[in-house]
Parts: sequence; C-alpha cells; structure tokens
Amino acid sequence: MARAESDVRIGQQDKGGVMDWVKARFPLDSMLKEHVTEYYASKNFNIWYVFGVLSMVVLVIQLLTGIFLTMNYKPSAAEAFASVEYIMRDVEFGWLIRYMHSTGASACFVVVYLHMFRAMMYGSYKKPRELIWIIGMLIFIALMAEAFLGYLLPWGQMSYWGAQVIVSLFGAIPGIGEPLVDLIRGDYSISDITLNRFFALHVIALPLALIMLVVVHILALHEVGSNNPDGIEIKEKKDADGVPLDGVAFHPYHTSKDLVAIVVFLAIFFAVVFFAPEMGGYFLEHANFEPANRLKTPEHIAPVWYFTPFYAILRAVPHKLTGVVLMGAAVLLPLFLPWLDRSRVRSIRYKGWMTKTALTLFVIAFIGLGYLGLQPSTGIYVFLAQVLTIVYFAFFLLMPFYSKAEKTKPVPDRVVYHG
Amino acid sequence: MTDELDESRRRFLGIATAATGAVAGGMFLVPFLGSLRPSARAEALGAPVEVNIANLEPGQMTRKQWRGRTVYVVRRDEEMLKRIDEMEPLVADAESADSDQPDYAANKYRSLKPEVLVVFGQCTHLGCAPTPRFEVAPADLGDKWLGGFFCACHGSKFDMAGRVFSGVPAPKNLEVPPYRFVGESVVEIGTETGAA
Repeated sequence: MARAESDVRIGQQDKGGVMDWVKARFPLDSMLKEHVTEYYASKNFNIWYVFGVLSMVVLVIQLLTGIFLTMNYKPSAAEAFASVEYIMRDVEFGWLIRYMHSTGASACFVVVYLHMFRAMMYGSYKKPRELIWIIGMLIFIALMAEAFLGYLLPWGQMSYWGAQVIVSLFGAIPGIGEPLVDLIRGDYSISDITLNRFFALHVIALPLALIMLVVVHILALHEVGSNNPDGIEIKEKKDADGVPLDGVAFHPYHTSKDLVAIVVFLAIFFAVVFFAPEMGGYFLEHANFEPANRLKTPEHIAPVWYFTPFYAILRAVPHKLTGVVLMGAAVLLPLFLPWLDRSRVRSIRYKGWMTKTALTLFVIAFIGLGYLGLQPSTGIYVFLAQVLTIVYFAFFLLMPFYSKAEKTKPVPDRVVYHG
Repeated sequence: MTDELDESRRRFLGIATAATGAVAGGMFLVPFLGSLRPSARAEALGAPVEVNIANLEPGQMTRKQWRGRTVYVVRRDEEMLKRIDEMEPLVADAESADSDQPDYAANKYRSLKPEVLVVFGQCTHLGCAPTPRFEVAPADLGDKWLGGFFCACHGSKFDMAGRVFSGVPAPKNLEVPPYRFVGESVVEIGTETGAA
C-alpha cells in the first residue's frame, strides 16, 4: 500500500506491471477479497443453493441474446411480426438467438421460483436478511414486468390480447384507472404507440433497473452473510483468524460446485432450445403464430405458464375490482414474509408440523393455480381455483399464528450434513 | 458574526433547499409524463367514422374501428327486441344506471333506434372482444341463453342490448360510443354533439 501510494504521486516513475498500476487506482484486491476469495458461505449448502447463480446465468443469456435480437427487430405494429419471422428464417442463427431468448424467459422463472422456494424453506428472509428478501421481491416484480413487456413485442394474437387484458387491470383502480390506462398505452387502445414504448421499457429501462437491483441484492447478501439449510449463523463460531468454522470461501469452493450446476443447467436449457423450444405451447403459445388482430380475441386466452398462478386468482373472483386487488395482493404478500413468520427458528428442518404442512399446501396451491390458470374458466375449474386461492392466502395470513404456536426442534450449534 | 452554530437557521435552510428541490423535481417530471399521454396524432384518429348499414340484414352485425377500438353495429330483428324484455331478471344493470353510454342510449334497448345497436366490442372486464352469439340456447351456453355477446376470456355474458349478466366478472354493460344517424341508414360513430 505504501508503495502504491508513492506511485501515484505526480512526477514519480510508475513501478510494477499493469495490475499494480490499476491496483494503485482501484480497490481491486479488497473487492475481490470481500466478495469472492474471502466471502465465507456455509459448507453444507445443498442443491437448492445453486439457483441464485443460475438466475445470474439466465440474466446474462437474456441480456446477450436480447442485444442481438434488437439488431434485427422492428418495434412497429406494421413490421414487428414480420421482423420476428425474418429473424427466425433469414438471419443467420437468428432462430437460435431468438429461441434462446424465449426459452430463457421461461428458464428465468423456473430458477427464480426455485430460488425463492429455497428462501422460504430455510427461512432466508428472516432477520437479519429481511432487506435481501425485499430487494429479491422487487427483482421478481421487475422480472414480471420485463416478461410482460417483452411478450407484446412479437405482435402476435396472444401478445396483443395478453397486453389488452393486463393493461386493463389498471383500469380497475377507482378514480385514476382510466386515465392511467391511457397513460400506459399512450393511445385509446393497444397500438403502434404502445408497442414502441413497451420496446423502450423492455430493452432499456427494466434491464437497467434489474442489473442495479441484482447488484444491491448481492451487496446486501454479502453484508450479512449467506443463510444455510440449518438456518444458523455461521459467523457465531469463528477460528483464530476470524474465519467462520463452518464457512468455506466462495472461490474456489462454491464456484467449483456452481460450475457443475451451470453445466447441468446449460445441458437442459439447450436440450429445450434445440428440441422443444415451444414446449408444446407453454413457452411459445400457438395463438402467437398469428399476427395481432384487434377485431378478434383468441377463443382461449391464457398467459405464459409463469403468470398463470396469479391469473387463476384473478379469474377465481367473479368481481372485477376484487379480482384485481386479490391478484395484486397475491404478488405482494410474500414481501411481508419476514414479519409474518414469527418462528424462533429459521429452517424448515427445525420447524414444527404446522409449518411443514402449511408449506406443502402452499406448494400444492401454487402449482394447482398454475395449472388452473391454463384451463378455461368454467365450472369445476373456477371452483377449484377459488379453493386454492383461499389456501394460498391462508398460508400467508395465518403464518403469524401457526409459526409462533408450533413446537420447534432444538437448533444445533454447528451445521449438519445430510447424506 | 459569531462562531456559534445557529441550528434552527441551518435546519430552516436545509428544509427550504429540500422543498425547492422537490418542487423543481416535480416540474421536471411534467414533460416526461406528458410525453406518455396519447399524442396529437393519436387524438386526431378520434375523428368520427361512418358506417353504412343499408345492406345489413336484420340479425346481422358489422364491425368498425374508431379510435383504435372496435365498434359493433347490429341490426336487431323483431325477435331479438322481444327477447330483451325477457332478459330483465338476468341482467345486472337493466336500466343502465351504472354503465357508460350517451344519455340518448340510456334506455331499455340502449340505442337511438331500437333496431340498431351500436356498442364497443370490448368487454368491460378486461377488454377482450366478446363473441357475437345471437342464436338461442346453444349447447355450450345453456337453455337460458337468448342471444347476446359472450366473452370467452373470462366468461362474461351480455344480452342483445349489451347489458351484462349478474354473477359474471364484467362490472358494467358494454359501453356505447357517441353516435348519430346521418340520413336513414348511415351511422356516424364518434359524433361530439351526438343528437339524432
């Protein structure tokens, strides 16, 4: 440090190589230490702990393929649909880049949902990690917006009517609803103007916001340290050097484990890209292979699979405003998990039967709603969606009671290995 | 001048600076929010459009775009008009008290002339285009269906006057745009004054 300081004095000869020159001007060493080589995370991480890194991998895939797609895509109502077909047929490797982007959208929600479920299982949202969870929820909401905005761009039938339905949701807000909808669309209907602004938000505003949120998410994580499947603080037991006894450095230990996960993930990802990019209509909906037609709504309209749990809640309520409010609440309720969970322990391993039952029911409700959101809204489907909506809300709203009332198991001092 | 720090003066100046900054920030937002509003060109497309219904047979429907929204024009036959009376117990807002329409369409048939229905083809729930289903009691809609509009998106139902059924997600009757008749068989949609 002393030498580095003297180097930057004007008139002094620079000593050392390029790296020394940089280090005298940028905190490279200390940043690498703090976030990579001397960031200690628990050594008993299991498979659930790979989905954070995988989310970053998907984000990179989306940014990279997105940039190349914008080079050939035309954000206008007259040209959008044809320009996507042009990318698919005439641009060299255009099909690959576009299928990576469309598959990436679904992959993103797969890994993010699993990442969030991990946090729910092991109580990663509990004190002192509330802010990490809140930032994570903001990332999730930004991702939903990003996915929705991007879905309009191909200007197919489902793009158009999906946007029509989702934008109309804001019209249900009393008083300011209608003017707000005009402000979002920039027109009196979903039009060329709407497409143009959705494009701007999809490729500039939200990606910027997402990148910044991800950086803040990781900084907040590294400030308090990662949780682990036992939900105990590894920082409480340290060796003579101040290194947590149950911690191992992020690099090279966790990175080499993550590398395996990334390879497996990419193998599955590209299997989908090459062999089932439409995923039977779940990743790319069949109605979207028809250009947008404002005179005709498709017979069966459903969002892409990752929105269907919330969409099913909207449809379960035969009242416009209540349906919209409940759907919004379903998205926002998890934000309050850090304060809804009153348990003395973090991890599901040491929680009682009530939490275990509740979490199981929640998973069933979430997947069930996801299925029902893809079905027509008639008869038994509506009834089931109503039942599962109640289960979904009960999981969150009753949590202060069952998490406090149940008997928990004693938490060990040090992390435990299973298998 | 003393060396002592005047705390209250400092606080006042701090608040005054912050308040001025907030006002400036708010004014800075005006052009950006303004640019999001429908542009002059988008508003200009709101000029009235004409539909000639001379060739429209009784029981038939035609579509027309106005302000980017689809307008349904239906020539209702005698049977259809008769069935509107029978629908009374099934609809939520029979008198159109809580729905959006020009005053001259706030009647039972929701129109200027009973035989011509002019409504936006846009479900009042979330804006899908309801399908015209003018047949009586089709298999999928049940015995009580006397003809009307069915929205496949979320299952909302409307009768031949665009009145919404009770117990469906849509809260209001189909909206009626301002319109008037120009001569016997030309409907002008988007008329500002709206008098017949």
